[in-house]
Amino acid sequence: MPLLEIRNVTRRFGDFVAVDNISLSIESGEFFTLLGPSGCGKTTILRMIAGFDLPDAGQILLDGQDLAGTPPEKRPVRTVFQSYALFPHMTVAQNVAFPLKMARCSADETRQRLGEALEQVHLTDKAPAYPHELSGGQKQRVALARGLVNRPSILLLDEPLGALDAKLREEMQIELINLQRDVGVTFIFVTHAQVEALALSHRIAVMREGRVEQVDEPARLYAFPKSRFVADFIGHINLLDAQVLEATHGHLRLTIAGLGEMIAPPLAGAAPGGKGTFAIRPEQVRIGIHGEVTELKNHFPGEVTHFLYRGDVTVYKVRLANGMMIEALLPNSAPGGAELFKVGDPVRVGWRHDAGVFLHE
Amino acid sequence: MRRGPWLWAAALAVYAFLYVPLAIVVVYSFNDSRLNAEWVGFTWHWYDVLLHDEDMLAAAGNSLFIALVSSLSATALGTMAGMAMHRYGMRVLAFMVLTPVAMPEILLGVSLLLFFIQVLNLTLGMISIMIAHITFSIGFVAVIVRARLAGIDESIFEAARDLGASPWETFRYITFPLILPGVIAGGLMAFTLSIDDFVITFFTAGVGVATLPLRIYSMIKIAVTPEVNAVSTLLLLTLTMIVLASRFAPDVLRGKT
Ligand SMILES: Nc1ncnc2c1ncn2[C@@H]1O[C@H](COP(=O)(O)OP(=O)(O)OP(=O)(O)O)[C@@H](O)[C@H]1O
Ligand SMILES: [Mg+2]
Repeated sequence: MPLLEIRNVTRRFGDFVAVDNISLSIESGEFFTLLGPSGCGKTTILRMIAGFDLPDAGQILLDGQDLAGTPPEKRPVRTVFQSYALFPHMTVAQNVAFPLKMARCSADETRQRLGEALEQVHLTDKAPAYPHELSGGQKQRVALARGLVNRPSILLLDEPLGALDAKLREEMQIELINLQRDVGVTFIFVTHAQVEALALSHRIAVMREGRVEQVDEPARLYAFPKSRFVADFIGHINLLDAQVLEATHGHLRLTIAGLGEMIAPPLAGAAPGGKGTFAIRPEQVRIGIHGEVTELKNHFPGEVTHFLYRGDVTVYKVRLANGMMIEALLPNSAPGGAELFKVGDPVRVGWRHDAGVFLHE
Repeated sequence: MRRGPWLWAAALAVYAFLYVPLAIVVVYSFNDSRLNAEWVGFTWHWYDVLLHDEDMLAAAGNSLFIALVSSLSATALGTMAGMAMHRYGMRVLAFMVLTPVAMPEILLGVSLLLFFIQVLNLTLGMISIMIAHITFSIGFVAVIVRARLAGIDESIFEAARDLGASPWETFRYITFPLILPGVIAGGLMAFTLSIDDFVITFFTAGVGVATLPLRIYSMIKIAVTPEVNAVSTLLLLTLTMIVLASRFAPDVLRGKT
């Protein structure tokens, strides 16, 4: 049985459907992420799990029990708010001990758990400080310690890293992964930053306008997006309009208007004549004039229109014969040094026959 | 921008009009003469007279008692009103609570008088004065408390619930400590308003009961003796201390917590 089950939950605000018939199962110990653009209903789902908001339809079950009649303070669920929501009139220690006090823990137990929790987030020496004396990262860690001190079943995190600068964000990501592994509490994490979601999660639910588009592990989501939206939202991707010519067990033969035929990995349910999009990541696209690139099954002529040198990689934008643009990523560490091209150079771009995915319309 | 001499002169004049009369009142309370006309010499005499003036002491006692009861009640009610206004964004309630703040005192005094006599059939006295004072103080407390709540991140209250606090515990451990400076400031304000109110008290006091302002008024109808100066000086001292307390109490509390 999953730890948390969201069953056909809908939430409306007036005529607007913020959460549209969503179902999700979250396993115990999972680091689960809700990923989606602003306004897609992520916070609304968290608020319903925490009990600040109630579904208009559907059920939320924890360990098989419907949470409908349970007020927030009775749910074994804790929230880390984006604004941290630390109590400004209490010290770090008082903040972290607050849930213990509400649970009427004995003085001994409180001291022990408080000590453990502060240690976990490396804030033991900040115990007597007030929130306004802390940096953003430290506030973040207090909020985490306070959420975890009572060993909840689930910790909800609503864009907790949103307010941190890039470097601190990366540090906190690593800390979050370690913390979650150490305490074993189920994390439900909300973000609209796909890089963050990929780095942290065991599974990701990609949301769009109140619906779940796809639930998968990060690597599968990246490699096998099921829709054009997911492909486009997760990382960079080239999208080419395509039509199926031939579908076999081993491969798909596609035609791309104005460009020609190509071979793609097979897809269940694809039939000749079917229209869709061929999606391929920039790092799967090879670029060259002759040699390696021309040995690939799929390669097409084009012309370099821009390039961006990024240090570790160079991104080339190439205009194909049919006018479509395609992005290719060239690692600058390629053995023997990468071939360098200039704007206007005629080149060939190509990819392996087993790279990329075809997405049905 | 250059501040011209005229601006300085105007500022000086304003301060003079504000503080010179007060200074004169204070200085002449130590004057060893029956009249406020010319300075004769220093004495504590008038304070001694004051301490033996039974009527004056009774009036002071009444004033203090009324101010205490009405400010405490107004603080409790005003805090609740302020919280309700904040929570539910109630326009009507806000309007009704705040009306007495803006209404001319004489209008409020007359209408309360009529209400007490004709509708409630109440004998005028301490009770009617207290009710009147509570009525006009609630609005001030409510406004201050609401302003304080408006400055607090709403998710703090949700966080408290989330961490296991019932609605009552949330109020007790989170909301109340956070609005306490506002509550104290509001209470001190209500106390000040009550202790020096004249107009409304005049209408709602009836015959038997006198407060300090009423007593001072009835004394100067006869003659302005330095005893009036003395009592005014004491009143001034008390109110100054309260004003200072209400200015600094919130800071002290914030610094401590
Ligand atoms: N209390 C409310 N009343 C009316 N509309 C609301 C309310 N709460 C949320 N909405 C609407 O529901 C939609 C989803 O909101 P939600 O806060 O869940 O988005 P989100 O995915 O968390 O977005 P973000 O990434 O910007 O935080 C938004 O369009 C929002 O305007
Ligand atoms: Mg949100």
